[in-house]
Amino acid sequence: MGVLLQVKDLATQFFTQEGVVKAVDGITYDVEEGETLGLVGESGCGKSVSAMSLLRLIPNPPGRIVRGEVLFDGEDLVKVDEARLREIRGNKIGMIFQEPMTSLNPVLTIGRQLTEALELHLGMDRNAANKRAAELLHMVGIPEAETRLSDYPHQFSGGMRQRVMIAIGLSCNPRLLLADEPTTALDVTIQAQILELIKRLSRELGTSVILITHNLGVVARYADRVNVMYAGRIIETGTARDIYGLPRHPYTLGLLKSVPRLDQAMKEKLDPIEGLPPDLIDLPPGCPFRPRCKFTIDKCAVEYPPLITVGENHRAACWVDVTTGQAR
Amino acid sequence: MTITGSNITTTNANDDILLDVRDLTMFFPVTRGIIFERKVADVKAVDHISFTVKRGETLGLVGESGCGKTTTGRAILQLYKPTDGQVLFQDDDEGNFIDLTKIKGERMRRMRRKMQIIFQDPYGSLNPRMSCGSIVGEPLTIHGLAKGKEYRDRVEELLTIVGLHPYFASRYPHEFSGGQRQRIGIARALAASPSFIVCDEPVSALDVSIQAQIINLLEELQARFGLTYLFIAHDLSVVRHISDRVAVMYLGKIAEITDRVELYENPLHPYTKALLSAVPIPDPVVEATRERIILQGDVPSPLHPPSGCNFHPRCPIALVPGVCNEVMPEFRNVGTADNPHFVACHRV
Repeated sequence: MGVLLQVKDLATQFFTQEGVVKAVDGITYDVEEGETLGLVGESGCGKSVSAMSLLRLIPNPPGRIVRGEVLFDGEDLVKVDEARLREIRGNKIGMIFQEPMTSLNPVLTIGRQLTEALELHLGMDRNAANKRAAELLHMVGIPEAETRLSDYPHQFSGGMRQRVMIAIGLSCNPRLLLADEPTTALDVTIQAQILELIKRLSRELGTSVILITHNLGVVARYADRVNVMYAGRIIETGTARDIYGLPRHPYTLGLLKSVPRLDQAMKEKLDPIEGLPPDLIDLPPGCPFRPRCKFTIDKCAVEYPPLITVGENHRAACWVDVTTGQAR
Repeated sequence: MTITGSNITTTNANDDILLDVRDLTMFFPVTRGIIFERKVADVKAVDHISFTVKRGETLGLVGESGCGKTTTGRAILQLYKPTDGQVLFQDDDEGNFIDLTKIKGERMRRMRRKMQIIFQDPYGSLNPRMSCGSIVGEPLTIHGLAKGKEYRDRVEELLTIVGLHPYFASRYPHEFSGGQRQRIGIARALAASPSFIVCDEPVSALDVSIQAQIINLLEELQARFGLTYLFIAHDLSVVRHISDRVAVMYLGKIAEITDRVELYENPLHPYTKALLSAVPIPDPVVEATRERIILQGDVPSPLHPPSGCNFHPRCPIALVPGVCNEVMPEFRNVGTADNPHFVACHRV
């Protein structure tokens, strides 16, 4: 399997009246063909902005990609012109947005929203596109697909709208699917349906998936590899098994400890991570997690830790070895 | 006072019951026409549910969106006027039960001091034009509990109790983060020294690392002030952690209610089983071997709930023809009198 996407030192900043928000501050990662990469973190950690930046979907102003490369099939998406980018968006890279309620156009039929990409990217005529659209709706499990093509989004439930979003995202057989919190607004039973669907389709079609979510359970089940983000940077990266079985960054460790789990004995008390996430405008020098961290040493206040190799394909950005509590 | 309706005691028979809900029903009319307005249908948000809550416990209420769990909480507090049924609340002063659906005016206002609510959305539930101190102190003024220095001291005390600095009193909601706002909401709920609090999804809008802080706070407050909670949530792991007993709702009805250990280890209703199996566990090793029950389809509209058992169109085991789809299952105790386990399913 080859590398499909290479992100190198990508940084996106928002220039606001209060100051410069470093939403994504130099992240580097690869996505291999056919794999599912999980991107986890809390709100404001930069996970959505980093995904939007891949397709240059950041509103400018106030946002701007200030440095870095996004190599997709050898082509740098940060540098290509707008016309070329439009050929890639929705075609080679599909996207599923967070809110199924608001990301479909309410005044266009479901059929029209599906056929738009087919006609634009694959050059199909109206009839062929309609036929393909019905197939896609059928594929994502919407009954009576042909008749429902002429329905409008408000006639669909939340789960069905999210299925339509998946159908649109996959309509042109993309090589990469960006799924930004695809199930956050949905109930658990519907969430299970949707995630199983994404997993099955990505296997069948060989699509790589970047799955962005704050839900640690979702990533555990569906991702092969995981990047954990905090304050605009990747602070730990590794296979799902390593990240969950042997977390090596205090933040990952804290996150996993703070959630109650269905399969474990009940605890008297939860262990929360104390304090609040930092303000991205005014980041202190050193490690941004330091004010909330239980393992701090003097060096943490001075220098930002790089990603240090802690195991095979497992790296963490921390000066301290959390298994011993000693400096590395 | 006469007490009618089905008497379903879902708690242990000897318990000190604080709240006894009987046949609670909340229908929202759907109307047509402007001048000659006529009712064309009912949205059956909550449909004849009965349960009891004992003093000092936490009853978790779980279900998917639209199942009526929030409406249940609000109908208990009489924020909606229930269509039918009784809400019997034990009055501390007299020791007997008062039917909240029958009282109004000054008597209702006095009862409201004893029952409060914490809302889901910490951004929408605080008035942006009021300072944090006046939000927390408003119940004190409304119920005439404190004035002057006593008022200021009490506000300071409340803020300290929920882990905020007393000098935050002069700040406005927009200056606070989501978790801090939720703390203000909790301080406001505590102001009138209630005995019962409805927690309506108090942590679902918060980040994972902050959720644990708020859950711990709620538990500390319960132990300190002897509070009784109705904890409404859709996150089954959180509910398992905080609740003593759990009720599972589906489409306006309670499907199953029992002790939390029993519910999570021995779920009987097929909906409860599916719900539990759908919750992802943050451990890839466990997930790789876990069996899942994936329910087909969506929750039906409460405007036209299915006949018979309302879960039968999605139920993986609804096999009894002429029964599951025609006869409404009885909500019955399949456990013991000491450890009740109520479930509404023909096949159990």
